[in-house]
Amino acid sequence: MFQAYWWLLIAVLGAVLVFLLFVQGGQTMLYCKNDFDDRQLMVNSLGRKWELTFTTLVVFGGAFFASFPLFYSTSFGGAYWLWMAILISFVIQAVSYEYRRKQGNIYGTRTYDAFLLINGFFGCVLLGVAVGTFFFGGDFEVTRVNLVEPGNPVISRWAPTRGLEAMASLPCLLLGLAVFFLARTQAALYFINNIHGGEAFLSRMRKKVMINGVIFVVLFVGWLVLLLLATGKQAQADGTVVDVPYLYLFNLLGMWYWGLAFLAGVLLVLCGVFSGAFTDSRKGIWLSGIGTVLVVMALFAIAGYNSTCYLPSSTHPQSSLTIANSSSSLYTLKAMSWVSLFIPVVLAYIWYVWRKMNHGGLTRKDVEGNAHQY
Amino acid sequence: MTDIINVVDWSRAQFALTAMYHWLFVPLTIGLALIVAVMETIYVRTGQERWKGITKFWMTLFGINFAIGVATGIILEFEFGTNWSNYSWFVGDIFGAPLAIEGIFAFFMEATFVAVMFFGWNKVSRGFHLASTWLVALGVSLSALWILVANAWMQNPVGMEFDPSQMRNVMDDFWAVAFNGVSMNKFFHAVASGWCLAGTFVVGVSCWMLWRKSNIEASRDSLKVGAWVGLVGILLTMYTGDGSAVQVAKVQPMKLAAMEGLYDGKVGQELVGFGFVNTDKRPGDTLQAIHAEIAIPYGLSILANHDAHSFVPGINNLIYGYSLTADGDTLHTTSYAERMAMGREARQALIDYDAASKAGDGAAMAEAEGRIKDNFKYFGYAYLDAPEDAVPPVATTFYAFRIMVIIGGYLLLFFLLAIFVARWKVAWLEKPWLHWVGILSIPLVWICSQAGWVVAEVGRQPWVIQDLMPTNAAISDISAGSVQFTFWMFAVLFTALLVAELSIMFRYIGRSTKNDITLTH
Repeated sequence: MFQAYWWLLIAVLGAVLVFLLFVQGGQTMLYCKNDFDDRQLMVNSLGRKWELTFTTLVVFGGAFFASFPLFYSTSFGGAYWLWMAILISFVIQAVSYEYRRKQGNIYGTRTYDAFLLINGFFGCVLLGVAVGTFFFGGDFEVTRVNLVEPGNPVISRWAPTRGLEAMASLPCLLLGLAVFFLARTQAALYFINNIHGGEAFLSRMRKKVMINGVIFVVLFVGWLVLLLLATGKQAQADGTVVDVPYLYLFNLLGMWYWGLAFLAGVLLVLCGVFSGAFTDSRKGIWLSGIGTVLVVMALFAIAGYNSTCYLPSSTHPQSSLTIANSSSSLYTLKAMSWVSLFIPVVLAYIWYVWRKMNHGGLTRKDVEGNAHQY
Repeated sequence: MTDIINVVDWSRAQFALTAMYHWLFVPLTIGLALIVAVMETIYVRTGQERWKGITKFWMTLFGINFAIGVATGIILEFEFGTNWSNYSWFVGDIFGAPLAIEGIFAFFMEATFVAVMFFGWNKVSRGFHLASTWLVALGVSLSALWILVANAWMQNPVGMEFDPSQMRNVMDDFWAVAFNGVSMNKFFHAVASGWCLAGTFVVGVSCWMLWRKSNIEASRDSLKVGAWVGLVGILLTMYTGDGSAVQVAKVQPMKLAAMEGLYDGKVGQELVGFGFVNTDKRPGDTLQAIHAEIAIPYGLSILANHDAHSFVPGINNLIYGYSLTADGDTLHTTSYAERMAMGREARQALIDYDAASKAGDGAAMAEAEGRIKDNFKYFGYAYLDAPEDAVPPVATTFYAFRIMVIIGGYLLLFFLLAIFVARWKVAWLEKPWLHWVGILSIPLVWICSQAGWVVAEVGRQPWVIQDLMPTNAAISDISAGSVQFTFWMFAVLFTALLVAELSIMFRYIGRSTKNDITLTH
């Protein structure tokens, strides 16, 4: 039960992270036909939120470490280049808002804006690729008894490509690109909601919602077809891992409540896109955001529940990771579950502060009137 | 050369590089958050607008530093997985929990309220803004608490047991992991040292402004706040430093011996006040350990055990074991050769357990498990080639310890001087010598802070987890070339970002000669 609970929490964190990637999506729009004033509005609007995305990524990693340490050990150490590329893209983001327009920043505003662009594109795509490995796996082997080998005591070994192969995998890449265009769609919706920058700005953003939304839908549907037709790996009662054709489709149908959540999520995302692109509403981000959270949670659910291997090994199937064989001990999961009771408090104060700070939207006057601006 | 260029060394170098860069920024964040909160409290209580301006001035410097601290921090967390994947499995059940708690309790608090701190001046009430600033200060300290709990556990692994069926350690007492003597001492020591560092920074920058004869009133006000926070910080750092020495003597006596370059201990052991380490000295030989030594009688016995007549073991004593008669009792320690034998017995028992498990032989599993339990406390020694491998780099630890202590002592005098001048000798605030003392103290405090971590981390080598896992058993299955590449990439990136950060800070502080920082927007 505690393993399932912690997988649910991982799903929530992953889902919220994907929603908050609108920050990254927005970073790739700064130079799309925006003049200096609009760009300043966009950067300062995103700049009030970037730390939430960053923190969610860090907590996502920390929670994975605490609850499923074998994943942390296997995927991070194995897909070395993939994770390093993700990390570096976030390192350069972390300084860019603060430094981009500060006097003496040495490298110039454009360099920091390029950092934001790099993080915006690669951060989204590569995180999508990493999540793609939850379904389409990797080439790795886990042998715990290697711990007693004095000469070479590594317990998990990955293919020599060390994660580069995931970046070249069509299904993983497709998911990465879908995440990227979803992030851009939501960024445009966020700007509509948060920035009061005039009709021309609003109109441009509505157009971006439509274009990026359509591309996202096409990519996501393509990936979804591949997923539902894929053969997954599932652990049997004795722990043996076997191939199961259409496993994810069966999971979606078998765990009908997650299937419903998935459908509701898709519908909400589409409503959000429609609302942002074709109506005067500024609330599209919330429809799309809630929808994104539901869809991603459902995807995590079909990746990990029902004894499904959430990190399947293509070459050594018995090394595949399930939530049962990769989790922390019952004691640790219980202890951490007490800690998790604090999460609603965290969500409550984030929500309260978000509303307080967003009240009235962001205007040029707000940006220019604040000594601390990006 | 091939000995140096291998994956363990490059992984260690990469982690050390990241940690040392990270620790350039974190203590300033910890201390400056507190100082800014104190300043804003004065503003709210007095209603004087100039305190708002002063608060904003230091808050901007906090922001510049905070960003790069965040940037370097994310790498550290993920490096446990990318470069130390064996470690992540072997103790992830225990070590992961503090990291997750840090995120839930501290990081979200910082991320949420730092936005209010910077952008909420005209959006929220004065009280709410002040509360947000204090919550950021609390958040950074909470963050420090949990990461130091994790670090302390590596040096003093408690609250867990080994599970042979999973080949890993599992937690069995959360409270022992979180709140043991080592972790609490480490937390207060590190946080207080952050106050001390930020206090020095604020006093030093204020001295610079005084030297440039700009913002004189604001500089004096800032200097007072910085000096008081710094004084409290250095006193607490010294107090907890004393506690650290006692803890180290208990749980990491080899580290203490290395800090002193002590090979053959005795009752009433003196402390090396000054000396040069003989780098040719090896355990078991007859060479002199310290050249030109000036010793403080009974100093180390007092420091380690708070007892002038207590015995402090040296490196030879620990490696080869020692017996000591005290009040009629014979105390015998386990030599490192014996520990290696026990570690290898635990390893063999684990192999036997695995074989029995695969064969479904319950009786053999129980027998093997018994042997594992009897010998597991020295499991990590099985990975050593010789007992002498368990000796940390003595010269580095020895000198780093002295640098830390000497500069720490200087900082106490520095803060006392700053408070004395600010309170009783205000005229001295115009003296250039005082300004330069303040300015030159800034690099010193950073050297002190880094030296402290060198003592803590180099002094515990070769262990990544004390007695249970050496660094060479904690690694990932990656090539040395891969880690070498990322090492240089991080080295270049962090250095470039550090240069930018310093440049922005210098420019911002430099602008204060032209602007009145007490003017608010």
